[in-house]
Amino acid sequence: MFESLSLITLQQYWWLIVSLLGALFVFLMFVQGGETLFFTVAKNEEEKSLLVNTLGRKWEFTFTTLVTFGGAFFASFPLFYATSFGGAYWVWFAILVSFVIQAVSFEFRKKPNNFLGARTYEIFLFINGLLGPLLVGTAVGTFFNGAMFSLDDMKHVTWGTPFRGLEAVLTFHNLALGLAVVFLSRILGLLYFMNSVDNQAIFDRSKKQLLYNTIPFLVFFLYFVIALLFKDGFAYNPASGEITIESYKYLHNLLAMPINTLMLLIGVAGVLWGIGSSLLKGGTKGIWCAGGGTVLTVWALLILAAFNHTSFYPSIFEMQSSLTIENASSSRFTLVAMSYVSLFVPFVLGYIWYAWKSMNNKKISTEELEQEHHVY
Amino acid sequence: MLEGLDVSLVDWSRAQFALTAMYHWIFVPLTLGLGILVAIMETLYVKTENPEWKRITKFWMTLFGINFAIGVATGIILEFEFGTNWSNYSWFVGDIFGAPLAIEGILAFFMESTFIAIMFFGWNKVSKKFHLISTWLTAIGANISALWILVANGWMQKPTGMVFNPETARMEMTSFWEVLFSPMAVHKFLHTTSSAFVLAAIFVIGVSAWYILKGRDVVFGRKSIVVAAVFGFLASMYTVMTGDSSARDIAHYQPMKFAAFEGLYNGSEGAGLVALGLISQNSSDPNNQNLKDFTVKIEIPNILSYMAFLNWNAFVPGINDLINGNEKYGVLSATEKIARGKLAIEKLRAFKDAKKSGHTALVDSLKTEIMSPDFQENNFKYFGYGYIADKNTLVPSVAFSFYSFHIMVVLGMYFIFFFLFALYYTLKGKIHKKRKFLKIAIWTIPLAYIASQAGWVLAEVGRQPWVIQDLMPMIAAVTKISVGAVQVTFWLFAIIFTTLLIAEIKILSRQIKIGPKAEGGPNHV
Repeated sequence: MFESLSLITLQQYWWLIVSLLGALFVFLMFVQGGETLFFTVAKNEEEKSLLVNTLGRKWEFTFTTLVTFGGAFFASFPLFYATSFGGAYWVWFAILVSFVIQAVSFEFRKKPNNFLGARTYEIFLFINGLLGPLLVGTAVGTFFNGAMFSLDDMKHVTWGTPFRGLEAVLTFHNLALGLAVVFLSRILGLLYFMNSVDNQAIFDRSKKQLLYNTIPFLVFFLYFVIALLFKDGFAYNPASGEITIESYKYLHNLLAMPINTLMLLIGVAGVLWGIGSSLLKGGTKGIWCAGGGTVLTVWALLILAAFNHTSFYPSIFEMQSSLTIENASSSRFTLVAMSYVSLFVPFVLGYIWYAWKSMNNKKISTEELEQEHHVY
Repeated sequence: MLEGLDVSLVDWSRAQFALTAMYHWIFVPLTLGLGILVAIMETLYVKTENPEWKRITKFWMTLFGINFAIGVATGIILEFEFGTNWSNYSWFVGDIFGAPLAIEGILAFFMESTFIAIMFFGWNKVSKKFHLISTWLTAIGANISALWILVANGWMQKPTGMVFNPETARMEMTSFWEVLFSPMAVHKFLHTTSSAFVLAAIFVIGVSAWYILKGRDVVFGRKSIVVAAVFGFLASMYTVMTGDSSARDIAHYQPMKFAAFEGLYNGSEGAGLVALGLISQNSSDPNNQNLKDFTVKIEIPNILSYMAFLNWNAFVPGINDLINGNEKYGVLSATEKIARGKLAIEKLRAFKDAKKSGHTALVDSLKTEIMSPDFQENNFKYFGYGYIADKNTLVPSVAFSFYSFHIMVVLGMYFIFFFLFALYYTLKGKIHKKRKFLKIAIWTIPLAYIASQAGWVLAEVGRQPWVIQDLMPMIAAVTKISVGAVQVTFWLFAIIFTTLLIAEIKILSRQIKIGPKAEGGPNHV
């Protein structure tokens, strides 16, 4: 089945899968956004407990998606894995540490004799909620603005600055994406609270916070997109393998890939509709519209970064080292073998949906927590 | 290619990986085994409808949850460390090594993370049957995830199902099934998971023994011990069988590791197995040419030959044979292997230069030569040796390997008897009277962790200096980064993981003190 596909088709197929995982990860960062809101939305311990517990039942999906995203990137584009992780050392470790401290915090927070105290674990969750989206967003910004690496003949990576990736925050366009992701994750977190918590005070406060977070999100996101339309990009010549600067590259990509552009527009409209319907009508289903919109938007942006002969990880230190889906991928054999594994993805999504539905058919309430065997 | 690479960078990078892997491995075995035990207990509840089994299930599930969280926390670092600290390795073998990691995420982690939510929070939301299936799927998901990472590790110990592509200067997969069903990978998976079941069974027995000693929750303790002892006994027998197969794999594919963990410096026919011994090494005779390899030893004749090759009189090469060569038994010397590896690297470099200068005819002829079966068998097979500057660095730490192997084996044997006694005393209704045994059971918990860690120390220290056996030494795999940066992250993880370990131990101890709750009320305190 997959054997008959050309190498470039397989490479594109795998970019679509990895990008989709990345897009799902951004949606699932509603958990991270929610983690930054415990001190704002909850006004007492009981309310905080509701928020922690509603997110605590979902954090593993986000975590697993991140791990799978890493594994899939390693398998399909190992040169990116080696270059970015080995090069942007500090950025990736900062992201990872924030997820390490998250992983124990839900479980340990309310357990007696937990050594650090509940407050510390809540701060851990706040750090993860803020740093995770900020750094992930900033790191993705380097897909468009480039990073400071070079590769030798044997593909050994050398980094151009001692800051090992942290310098990416100095490029405002990267930082704008990071901040847009922070506010988006908070928006999604608020929408999730409105959807899943049975508490009017939490609903009202979440709705109020939704407006406060939507404004900065729109400012940073629109700045990112508009600047992207006007910026130079890194074009790839498939015949010679040469990388050149092309003016308005991403605008050209949008025009060259109308379906992707449509997906981007539908995605953005979905996010706005999800926010708007929750704000204006006080609806509880905004998370699904905004979540679906987030997936489409991020997916479209990642496709924009790599398709149409574009370098998805440009080097601004030594331009010809830039990575493309053609030069960074695994061999044809591995891509084919992995493609068969990808056939399991719909099945996996199916049981996740079923399990999610079974668990969320009733909103979480204080009464439920009182009867619950396992409480965070 | 590796000019200016600081050796201490390799050491610190290794130390960091060892630190994070060993911490991860403190928590994983309990997750793997306790998951299955909890599923068995819940099955008993669903079958018998006895609420006591539900109470038992919920208690062990609480401990499972605490341990699971910290296992997840320590695990994420490992996956990404391949990229951050071993980026040359990641590129060289990403084509093969990445696939199991991706499959692990898609097929195992999602199963685990989806159904664990139902397992913990679904008691009142889904049917009894669906809940039971979810518990089993969580346990199976955890064990499947172990399969894929151990397939990857098995491949590093015995690379198979791949070919070297000079165009990309890296290994590329040619057979997914060969990678998946490599005997090294299969035995490693079975041995590792069954040893994890042993650890979890000991944990359950040890904790239950504490309750019985205290005279509280005695029925709970007895029931838990019966399930754990049967499970642990079967698992420990299976661990012995798979350990035997693993040892044979090592004898065939990693003879230096085999010689090191047996402290065998000079090979012989009909080699004996040192059951117990104290290694004797001195700086004036580092390779023990004078045969004073042990200060004291208890040796069983011919067993080592049989264990390695199923032949009582087979020749088992020693460390000195593997370094100096042994013509009689067709063992190549390290010097010869290094020369062959250097030639492979030179050819590859010449190929790269010819490509750069556009010398098409030379490119084609070099590619043909490199890809020829003769060159692959006689030179490329020893590619990694080309990076070795001193042949003595091919010998792993003998003392480390020997003691970790023997600690693991001696404790493994002890566990079999431990399970038998636990089962016997419980079934005879005497367990509450055997106070000495109950105390021993508590102290057996740390021994299970020591045995488990010793197994990994043996597997990883014993294969030094290789990251991929014979193809890539550590020095060629490491990311070129400042030593200071790795030192910072090493200490960062040392502090974070130690803090989390303390928290876990304190929380677990308190939960054990609180004990199982009466069924029907909230269990959270």
